[in-house]
Amino acid sequence: MFNLERWQEIFDTIRKNKLRTFLTGLSVASGIFILVILLAMGQGMQNGISKEFERDASNRISVWTDVTSEEYKGLNPGRRIELENRDYDFAVKRNEDKLEYKSGVFSIWGVLTTYVNESGSYRIEGVRGDYQFLENETLVTGRYINENDLVSSEKVAVIGNQVYLDLFKDKNSLGEYIDISGIKFKVIGVYSDPGGEREETRIFIPLTTAQRVFNAGEKLRSLAFTLQNQNTYKEALAASEAFSEQLETNLKLAHSISPTDKRAVIINNSLENMKRFYDLNKMIKIFFWGVGICTIIAGVVGVSNIMLIIVKERTKEIGIRKAIGAQPWSIIGMILHESIFVTALAGFVGLLFSLALIQFAGPFIETSFISNPSVDFSVAITTVFILIIAGAVAGFFPAYRAANIKPIEALRDE
Amino acid sequence: MIEIKDLHKSYYMGKNSLHVLKGINFSVAEGEMVSIMGSSGSGKSTLLNILGILDEADSGTYTLDHTLIKNLNEKVAAQYRNKFLGFIFQSFNLINYKSALENVALPLYYQGEKRQTRTEKAMHYLEKVGLADWASHLPNELSGGQKQRVAIARALASDPKVLLADEPTGALDTKTSYEVMDLIQGINDEGKTILIVTHEEDIANMTKRIVNLKDGLIIDDSRIEQIRVKSSINV
Repeated sequence: MFNLERWQEIFDTIRKNKLRTFLTGLSVASGIFILVILLAMGQGMQNGISKEFERDASNRISVWTDVTSEEYKGLNPGRRIELENRDYDFAVKRNEDKLEYKSGVFSIWGVLTTYVNESGSYRIEGVRGDYQFLENETLVTGRYINENDLVSSEKVAVIGNQVYLDLFKDKNSLGEYIDISGIKFKVIGVYSDPGGEREETRIFIPLTTAQRVFNAGEKLRSLAFTLQNQNTYKEALAASEAFSEQLETNLKLAHSISPTDKRAVIINNSLENMKRFYDLNKMIKIFFWGVGICTIIAGVVGVSNIMLIIVKERTKEIGIRKAIGAQPWSIIGMILHESIFVTALAGFVGLLFSLALIQFAGPFIETSFISNPSVDFSVAITTVFILIIAGAVAGFFPAYRAANIKPIEALRDE
Repeated sequence: MIEIKDLHKSYYMGKNSLHVLKGINFSVAEGEMVSIMGSSGSGKSTLLNILGILDEADSGTYTLDHTLIKNLNEKVAAQYRNKFLGFIFQSFNLINYKSALENVALPLYYQGEKRQTRTEKAMHYLEKVGLADWASHLPNELSGGQKQRVAIARALASDPKVLLADEPTGALDTKTSYEVMDLIQGINDEGKTILIVTHEEDIANMTKRIVNLKDGLIIDDSRIEQIRVKSSINV
């Protein structure tokens, strides 16, 4: 390997067989290039999907209601069910020790909100302090709604980052008053949400204030809970399923809904969605790896083919070399040395190109399902080495055979 | 220099076997220039291949420069070829992507010479065959005669004991053939042992001894009056 004379001989051969070298290199480089891009896109898809699921707390359980679909205890179907404060209180009281975060929600869509000359239409949600965590929100500045705001029904608002940009245009917003459907609210905080712009065009006010301002009395639009963490995913799933079931039974009892009614009470368990998400991610991973491995196999076959052809093409040369005194192992060494050198160089060139493309073009690919395509560097390096080794093994057998055929036979080969 | 006794060789093609050499006894002393003649199929190329350690006999003994050549593995065979023998082929067998100089230097590479020495020696032999000005040319830029002279320079480069030529003028016209033979005669004059396989009478007459082969046996082996290319024919 470190024989200088051998290297000189190899470089001579490579220099004088540019096309052959180029074609070998091209197939290896493009194989690696395609593989790395493929793996990066797979990672990008996983990232994109993860992002979709990061909008809310991963173990959130949401409850909302609709109209009944079944007749029950003399009540007609089609009756609209509305949640009330007592539903929330009952659920909290029964599960005091199990719950982590909890909030009733009263929301109104498309409420005109004004600050000085700027205005917009936003969703207003009356919530409790815990709701920040249920929505997975982080405060950019200021504070969130607290217990005191709820008790005294303060007219305070926490606005989304997008709302802030719309109304305040980067100016100070804390302590300023915004006008929500004709009533002044003091801005106490700005939040950001991993769900992005769509989730940041909302304004949160204390639940009690919302119920009063919008004449809702005791009414709630929805309930949101998370349960205390469990040790394992399985336990967490079991606990949240039990909780969901109990909640559904209690609500149906309280509102005289048929136990078999599937429409009146809707409980969305994020943990169950989470499982689907994991399954989906796993499928994507398996798919891309499957395609990736097939690409490698195709690459290996390609390299092997080229090696076979090269050895075939050089059979006569091998005969000449043997006739003038080349030993079999020096022939094998020469062929392998050259092929390993070319595949390694080409492999790394392909790797470099694909990484450069991902680096520069990656950030521009930002659709809802693909985000930040990237590739694990060690995986990429490993594939390059697999190709090199495969090329060497594939080249070895024909080279070995060629080196061991009688020189007289090799010389006859035209 | 060369000593062979009762040499037999058969080729097998499927079930058919072809007995090519049927007991050859023959020896060559140092400095001789021998031509092996015979019609096609007489076994002359087979004999040369065995002499060149490119092929192996089925039975009989072959001694080359006091070394018994028998049951050699490829590695030792390669070493012997490199040390003892220089080959000249009908179709030249130059490596087409290497220049004349590099072709001549190749046997020296396999002798483990340094690049510097290789180039110097190769240049020396190219000068000897009168092709110093063509050193950097590729084989396909040379004429047939020039290619054969490069091949002769290559055969000489490793300073072998014996030069083996298989129809060295087979692909050349008469004038060029005589030029090549003149060169080979010159090399023989310097004391190199040379064996030439040919079926051309005039070429054979330029050697010092003719061995006639027919159906795998030597039918005639006689010394002749060598015809010198220089004096007899106007080149």
